[in-house]
Amino acid sequence: MALSKEQIAQRIAQELQDGFYVNLGIGIPTLVANYIPKGIEVELQSENGLLGMGPFPYEGEEDADLINAGKQTITTLPGSVFFDSATSFGMIRAGKVDLTVLGAMEVADNGDIANWKIPGKMVKGMGGAMDLVAAAKNIIVAMQHTNRSGESKLLSKCTLPLTGVNCITKVVTDLGVFEINENGFLCTEYAPGVTVDEIKEKTAGRLVIADDVKEIQL
Amino acid sequence: MNKVVANADEAVKDIESGMTLMLGGFGLCGIPENSIAAIVRKGINNLTCISNNAGVDDFGIGLMLQGKQVKKMISSYVGENAEFERQLLSGELEVDLIPQGTLATRAMAAGYGMPAVYLLAGVGTEVAEGKETREFNGKEYLLEEAFDSDFAIVKAWKGDKAGNLIYKDTARNFNPMMAMAGKITIAEVEELVEPGELDPNFIHTPGIYVHRIFQGEKYEKRIEQRTVRQRN
Repeated sequence: MALSKEQIAQRIAQELQDGFYVNLGIGIPTLVANYIPKGIEVELQSENGLLGMGPFPYEGEEDADLINAGKQTITTLPGSVFFDSATSFGMIRAGKVDLTVLGAMEVADNGDIANWKIPGKMVKGMGGAMDLVAAAKNIIVAMQHTNRSGESKLLSKCTLPLTGVNCITKVVTDLGVFEINENGFLCTEYAPGVTVDEIKEKTAGRLVIADDVKEIQL
Repeated sequence: MNKVVANADEAVKDIESGMTLMLGGFGLCGIPENSIAAIVRKGINNLTCISNNAGVDDFGIGLMLQGKQVKKMISSYVGENAEFERQLLSGELEVDLIPQGTLATRAMAAGYGMPAVYLLAGVGTEVAEGKETREFNGKEYLLEEAFDSDFAIVKAWKGDKAGNLIYKDTARNFNPMMAMAGKITIAEVEELVEPGELDPNFIHTPGIYVHRIFQGEKYEKRIEQRTVRQRN
């Protein structure tokens, strides 16, 4: 069985380390916050100007002045801090954020990512994605392994307009976990019930299967 | 020093068609609602708006789009707006999409008196096309110029008559940057107080950046994505 979106998030949550400042993108990445391992403290950064993002408010306690980068109403936690957009992207640019998790349409085996524009379709904009991928030192992509037509989203070269170059360090899909190094995608883990052959068949970019490849443990 | 003007109409009275405006806000959070309403009433057009987002169909900058007042948007994200999409596809509206951090920093550079900054965002992408680059420590950066605008319009939580501003929560967002960047900066606030009532230790925007200030008549503060959790 391939991983569900929740399980992809759950697997990525295993990458969190105590004391990390983490920026979670919209979609599957947001779900990572639900699986922070016990005993580990992380602070979530929301690029519209908040460190220490809390859960959604209880009904009736929503505040229009307190939202996250997805424009959802949220809350603060003890120790939270607000700041302006220049400071927010300053801390991102200066590499102060330890881990960024974001979604993608395509990832190439050299670490290029495309996630903001499909030619011929209405373009909504890149938001903070280009700033995040350009600066963050540790970027994990959370996405489905293939698109709706069943084509690999792990490619030798992105076909869509790029968001950033040589920047992605790891990809977690519904089929497995892939580190990106000079040899392309290194498959270190596969989803329960998914075979290495299936991963090979569904991956278009350069793929190396790790000698010690193992099943994802959730 | 008294920078108080009577109301939003008075504050925007000399904004003319064809001008470039910088507006604070992220989504619909912390937007200068009253000034936008006054610009809509004024009926000027051919405006260039520098703002992270373009509002929704019936609120924020979306209201200016409905009135066909905007010629060009400079933003990082413009979703959630059907009229925007229609005008863009029909060629009535120009849009310049730039990374969010680049937008914030180009505004900041203007407020800091810096003509340009070197930024990493967008290197190797279409954002880099036509831009001057330079290598620092083996990495390529893009030369990004400070914004040049006629007016900046921001919204703060509290302000005093000397123009000192305090923002609330994430409604701060782009407002301090935009306030610093304006040749003429208009600030609308929820609560206008006498100088001395705000603690100088906790002022976010020094009044020197603010030229006109008024207390907004009312604030609708619309929520785009109301998300809640259940009480157990």
